Amino acid sequence: MHPAPSVIVFTSLSGLGFGILAWLGLGIPDVAGRAAFAMYFLGYGLAVGGLIASTLHLGKPANARKAFSQWRTSWLSREAVIAVMALLVVAPFAIQRIFLTGEPPLWLGFAGSVLCLATVFATSMIYAQLRTVPRWNHPLTPVLFLGYSVAGGAVLSGQPGTGAVLLVFVGAVQIMAWSIGDKRFAASGSTLGTATGLGKTGVPRQLESPHSGTNYLLDEMGYRVGRKHASKLRAIGALLGFALPVLIVIATPPVPVWFALAGLVHLAGVFAIRWLFFAEAEHVVSLYYGRTAA
Amino acid sequence: MTALPEKTDKKLGLVIDLDTCVGCQACVVNCKEWNTTNYGAPLSDMDAYGSNPVGTFLNRVHSYEVTPETGPAQTVHFPKSCLHCEDAPCVTVCPTGASYKRTEDGIVLVNEDDCMGCGLCAWACPYGARELDALAGVMKKCTLCVDRIYNENLPEEDRVPACVRTCPAGARHFGDFADPQSDVSKLTAERGGVELMPEQETRPVNRYLPPRRKDASLAETKVLDTVIEEPKGLFAWLDKALEAL
Repeated sequence: MHPAPSVIVFTSLSGLGFGILAWLGLGIPDVAGRAAFAMYFLGYGLAVGGLIASTLHLGKPANARKAFSQWRTSWLSREAVIAVMALLVVAPFAIQRIFLTGEPPLWLGFAGSVLCLATVFATSMIYAQLRTVPRWNHPLTPVLFLGYSVAGGAVLSGQPGTGAVLLVFVGAVQIMAWSIGDKRFAASGSTLGTATGLGKTGVPRQLESPHSGTNYLLDEMGYRVGRKHASKLRAIGALLGFALPVLIVIATPPVPVWFALAGLVHLAGVFAIRWLFFAEAEHVVSLYYGRTAA
Repeated sequence: MTALPEKTDKKLGLVIDLDTCVGCQACVVNCKEWNTTNYGAPLSDMDAYGSNPVGTFLNRVHSYEVTPETGPAQTVHFPKSCLHCEDAPCVTVCPTGASYKRTEDGIVLVNEDDCMGCGLCAWACPYGARELDALAGVMKKCTLCVDRIYNENLPEEDRVPACVRTCPAGARHFGDFADPQSDVSKLTAERGGVELMPEQETRPVNRYLPPRRKDASLAETKVLDTVIEEPKGLFAWLDKALEAL
């Protein structure tokens, strides 16, 4: 699948932002005043910045407001609705924490946290629901999206212990997902034979493409990344996304500058891994163009 | 609402005869012509006269070679357009309500006034039936020529999809699959029409008739066999001379 920068930026940043907001809603860490302002600013900045980036890949952004209407059937619509609900429900809790004295009601913070995580879950289901992309069509996809969100959120909200444990967990799940994902396309049972129905006649192969140039389908769904590049990027992603941030949060004194550094390194790793999430995903339509399972 | 109807009154669709299609691309051209000048945004071409022309098409003809277990390989031309699935995944993923399946005849359509061009429906389709138009920024797909089939301003013989009307080989047939007595239903039953990628569980309406096997006698021809077993005259001399080398 085509790794569109806007979608990579959107899923990475908003996931992280909602992760931070989810922790803050639980009162972890227990911040108030200026410290709370800084953290909510970061959480909202990442979440809203990501959501804005997501509109950049639309063909007709003027119709984006209509995306709130189909929440009964569409995960993309659910994501839009829940994201706005999350941002609205977190706001009064944040205002109380930053500007007022006294404790805001616990249930309000908890409701905000649930909505933040539900947003990330809805994002992941946009991909996980697609039977046409066997690599994504797996329960580990939502586990990973949620994992990155709470792990990155823990690091950036200054929780070295929890952050390290969660990063190790997500790293393990990611490695498992890579290994399972590599076999998903073959396991889907779709071949050029089933795609054309010619499998009953014999063994088909492409003789000639229907068009001499490229087209939307090939640009959008025919993207391929070399195996060598992919394994290098996986190593870089694992190093920056998990190994280094874990080392940083364990080996350094718990002060914001080190959390920020660990978070930045982690984010760089997440970008690499998210790029691969798209670039490595094969769509069954590529079978019609003579591509075989990698 | 992008919920799918429980049941449609009719199931309009196409039968495509892979035995008859000669791969002339006439259906591709006529589809582009009709759908550029009629319903919705035109099917644009980018860099049409340049070195890298790219355009939107609702119907494309692939070409494959299929080799049976025994017998000769054969060429199969394979036209592909929207299959108007009963469980159309492209419809339910749509966030804006632009994509819908009609209750009356099962045609899957895009309301371009509502489409925001996110492309998720194209991702959800296993068949590559949807293409986002680069100029209009909205999703384009086969409408089964909804603006022809009910159009009383056209002579009756023209009230079929443009691809069906133009096919010089008669490889494309249009009709109602909900009616077991319709031509398309009978043709599908007679010739063992198949659905594409049944494992994707989209329940496509369109059916493909498999190519008939080539004459088995063709397979017996040994084109490169030795023509003369016992050479005589000039060939005998040449044979000897070559052996001696």
